[in-house]
Amino acid sequence: MDARITLRVDGRDRSLTVDTRTTLLDALRDHLSVTSPKKGCDHGQCGACTVLLDGRRVVSCLTFAVAHDGADVTTAEGLAEGGEPHPVQRAFLEQDGFQCGFCTPGQICSAVGMLEEVKAGHPSHVTDDLTGPVTLDDEEIRERLSGNLCRCGAYVNIVAALREEADS
Amino acid sequence: MIPFEYLRAGDPAEAVAAVAERPGAVFLGGGTNLVDHMKLGVAEPDMLVDVSRLPLDRVEETATGLRVGAAVRNSDLAAHPLVRERCPMLARALLSGASGQLRNAATTAGNLLQRTRCPYFQDVTTPCNKREPGSGCSAIGGYTRYHAILGASEQCVAVHPSDMAVAMVALDAVVIVLGPGGERALPLADLYRLPGDTPQRDTVLEHGELVTAVELPDLPFARRSAYRKVRDRTSYSFALVSVAAALDLDGGTVRDVRLALGGVAHKPWRAVLAEEELRGKPATEDAFRRAADAELAAARPLPGNEFKVPMARNTIVATLRDLTEEGR
Repeated sequence: MDARITLRVDGRDRSLTVDTRTTLLDALRDHLSVTSPKKGCDHGQCGACTVLLDGRRVVSCLTFAVAHDGADVTTAEGLAEGGEPHPVQRAFLEQDGFQCGFCTPGQICSAVGMLEEVKAGHPSHVTDDLTGPVTLDDEEIRERLSGNLCRCGAYVNIVAALREEADS
Repeated sequence: MIPFEYLRAGDPAEAVAAVAERPGAVFLGGGTNLVDHMKLGVAEPDMLVDVSRLPLDRVEETATGLRVGAAVRNSDLAAHPLVRERCPMLARALLSGASGQLRNAATTAGNLLQRTRCPYFQDVTTPCNKREPGSGCSAIGGYTRYHAILGASEQCVAVHPSDMAVAMVALDAVVIVLGPGGERALPLADLYRLPGDTPQRDTVLEHGELVTAVELPDLPFARRSAYRKVRDRTSYSFALVSVAAALDLDGGTVRDVRLALGGVAHKPWRAVLAEEELRGKPATEDAFRRAADAELAAARPLPGNEFKVPMARNTIVATLRDLTEEGR
């Protein structure tokens, strides 16, 4: 069963017709040719498909596109501004936070969303004081990004990239 | 996946009516469990009624406690200042569950109503009484590491995977349910079923009934509460055993206590026997151990998950000991 929807993807309004069974991930990749969100596990376990949906990080494989008519979607492609990489993208480059690169767009979208959560004062599982300020140390970064797997094992440099971003 | 119709409900009554009149219709919240099950062929609805955007997305303070809207996202509930301050075990339970991305999508009602499940339930090539009644249980005699030690049946040994629900059961949460015939309220502990001979049913809800809110009665001593989760990975992993506990001490004596276990049964397990055993007793490790033993006397582990019994006992003791030390 088809549905006509509009998504704002990386700053552009895009109208498309999707079968209701189409996930947001497949709508982005197969209908709109926005291929930075990657299909890893397709079951919400690897985080490679992470995008910012109305500003919040989510896995795009576990939600149907039809449920997001009118939504604002930002992928890793849309994070750059004026031809300049986003600061998190730059930090990944500087710290060599990837090897094959497959998980990287998801890592970066997840990191950008995570930094907003920290800015809003949200605690995590490893935060000692639930009502106190959050210090984004390595343990916090690792916990908060546990929904993004990297099978090359570039975690050490991913953590370094985000520590650099947190310190700046 | 079979084709399905999609309806974004305008209000709760419309959502209830749409699902009630159609046997193959289900409610859609954040979708993190349902969409996965549709992909796996475990769930085959022919209509999704989206309730994630209904105006049920607030946490409100009431005369008797907090009222959490069904569509409040797990991440927002965990971060809510009143939840962090008044029921740390609930914030902690939420933060220990799933990943940042999933907590941003998953709703309160969706978390409660995620399926009680096990790897065989999610693998349509294997027999499973919960998925296909009468087909047999593949877990019994199979891989049982994550399975139940309390309240299971010969039909099903799966466990409810929610962390949030464990803390809510300990907090005496009440769910508000809207059905075709009107609204009802029931204790969260009574929402869930043990598997018995009908493991295909996780809860007592009838088709078309919609959870609209969860009420958390004020429990002043829950300000001293904790959630401790033991799992195979440090993060993003289901509990082998978890404990939600709140402790009310009068000097060195336990005036009152709330205790619930996760990862051990078909439902979040309120440890009533342990609570009874502890009230009025000294807050010592010996007393905590006796209370844990009172609860776990009924444990019937399977070959392969016997470790869960001492793990549950030790986790109860450690959680209560930490809360006691915190209070000194």
